[in-house]
Amino acid sequence: MVSVTDLRTMYEQMVTARHYEERLVDEYLVGKQPAFDISAGPIPGELHLAAGHEASGAGVCIHLRDDDTVTAPHRPHHIAIAKGVDLKRMTAEIFGRKTGLCRGKGGHMHLFDPDVNFACSGIIAQGCPPAVGAAMAAKKRNTDAVAVAFLGEGAIDQGGFLESLNLAAVHDLPVVFVVEDNDWAISMPKDRVTDVQNGAQRADGFDMPGVRIDSDDAMAVYEAAGEAVMRARDGNGPTLIEVQVHRRMGHFMGDAEGYRPEADIDRAKQRDSIERLAEDLRSHGVTDDELDEIRERAHERVEEVISWAKEQPEPDPEEAYENVFTNPPAQAATDGGAAADAPGDAGETGGDN
Amino acid sequence: MATESRDYTEATETDRELTMSRAMVEAIAWEMRENEEVFYMGEDVADYGGIFSSTTGLLDEFGRDRVMDVPISETAYLGAAVGAAQAGMRPIAELMFVDFFGVAMDQIYNNMAKNTYMSGGSFSVPMVLTTAVGGTYNDAGQHSQTLYGTFAHLPGMKVVVPSTAYDAKGLMHSAIRDDDPVVYMFHKRLMGLGWMPSPPGPKTGVPKEDYTIPFGEADVKRPGDDVTVVTLGLHVHRAMEAAEQLDDDGIDAEVIDLRTLVPLDTETVLDSVRKTGKLLVVDEDYQSFGVTGEIVARAAEGALDDLSAVKRLAIPDVPIPYARSLEDEVNPGTDDIAAAVRELHE
Repeated sequence: MVSVTDLRTMYEQMVTARHYEERLVDEYLVGKQPAFDISAGPIPGELHLAAGHEASGAGVCIHLRDDDTVTAPHRPHHIAIAKGVDLKRMTAEIFGRKTGLCRGKGGHMHLFDPDVNFACSGIIAQGCPPAVGAAMAAKKRNTDAVAVAFLGEGAIDQGGFLESLNLAAVHDLPVVFVVEDNDWAISMPKDRVTDVQNGAQRADGFDMPGVRIDSDDAMAVYEAAGEAVMRARDGNGPTLIEVQVHRRMGHFMGDAEGYRPEADIDRAKQRDSIERLAEDLRSHGVTDDELDEIRERAHERVEEVISWAKEQPEPDPEEAYENVFTNPPAQAATDGGAAADAPGDAGETGGDN
Repeated sequence: MATESRDYTEATETDRELTMSRAMVEAIAWEMRENEEVFYMGEDVADYGGIFSSTTGLLDEFGRDRVMDVPISETAYLGAAVGAAQAGMRPIAELMFVDFFGVAMDQIYNNMAKNTYMSGGSFSVPMVLTTAVGGTYNDAGQHSQTLYGTFAHLPGMKVVVPSTAYDAKGLMHSAIRDDDPVVYMFHKRLMGLGWMPSPPGPKTGVPKEDYTIPFGEADVKRPGDDVTVVTLGLHVHRAMEAAEQLDDDGIDAEVIDLRTLVPLDTETVLDSVRKTGKLLVVDEDYQSFGVTGEIVARAAEGALDDLSAVKRLAIPDVPIPYARSLEDEVNPGTDDIAAAVRELHE
């Protein structure tokens, strides 16, 4: 049975994630209007926002510890927040700053936080094999750590995903695969790319449990993920979960969604997992004042990390040559100049932790 | 723990001669005994012992947990090696033929090679990707490539190409202990397989104890004053044979084995070119946009005034053909090397 404490934690993570995305919209558009220019403004590059996905990140990650590994895809912010990634340094990374999680070398699709074993990457299903590897390491070391690979429903046709299901199953590895089904792979609706409407059915082909949660409901995700994570921790192998979520924004900022029926956009906005969880909390006796308090705290935190990030310096140009290798070759100077420096110390960056 | 790099001549004086495959396996076994975080996975590496004998005997000593046969699923298991390495283990993952890279290159060059950089150095990927390379046994275009240049071109991977048993062992110790991803490319023809006889040369004296060979140190296999021959892998031995023929004609060729492409020992090449003024680069990879062009470019950047003539021999931009007459035509042979050196010497 879920505790009210867990429900509150999930709610706080979800409202933090939602407000974070809404505030990033404002920040991202600075300097990019009226004529949209992707390379202008304080946040460079693409930005894939996850508003409408919050229940999945919160409902899964509430069961995870820092030593559990999470890999996330290109739409990662809500998962990172739920996994406890350093939000200040994550935000600085998104702004391309020197004190960002990756010193400005990754950006919003490539966030790495070793303190909580989090990584995300920009190519579809790419994080699945490394999650399997993290689980393999946990099993070899006889720890009860687990790994969770998040992916979108557009990734379930990728070889890397299917190969990972197989390798995880045949070696009974402690992995949970979480498919976030937001109905859209950029402009491609699910029914035009696969005949299998329930992505969790993919598990059948690998003799592993597959569970679909149809309702964008944090409580339901909590229950299913809790079982899957426990199964993995107990050494009973992998599970595939598909969660219905909703894409409340475009594929990326700047996507006019000309391909998407208005009714679908409206429907996505009506099905709000955050409102649903608020109802659950009220039914557990949590008052509106308490919910307001949680929301205010989340908003303050988001404002604080964004202001902090914006004050951070940009990387020095010469840092482009650092970190190619952990042990740079001694003669790097004659080797194209790359990686001439000593391995990085990520210590003094002033983030959350 | 590690001993210093040894002089090649000293090593050849040891009584015990090993094939390249035995030397490579000896280093892997030593590291696995010393460090429980080291494990090997690949296709047919356990019971079979590796199609090219890269893991012979390891299963018996270390068991299936540490010598893992995996599904034919390179994306999954090479990517899993990345994940295990990022978790701090030291996986060795074998890509049976380098030609198979196409089915798993995303994990290799986007994750394995880039995650250290893209994480700003907060993650390391201490893994070794072992892979068999090369032709000369008529296996055609999908099983005969070396692709040296492809891997050396993409930043973030150290690339190692041993040509002797002594180097194979020392470079393997270095590769496993390195905190970065190392692509260890072993030439099938050099492994000492009963069913694919090696030329004389790769079987060398090998010390029993462990030793490392630092990356980025080319080996001058034969000093000479007239023409510099820079090469790697199988063609080190072809170049040495050519040099002996040329010596009979009074042409003194210097033969340099690069041993590692990343990092590349530019200085040894430049020192030689400054002495001879004439450079031949021999490679079993495709000619255009590859190793030969890179070496010539570095020689031109660093010693242009000393250079009077340059030639290169490589696969002439065709896929590797099947029939003997066709493959022999495109893969630089000893006579081709000798002829090219003579031309440079004129």
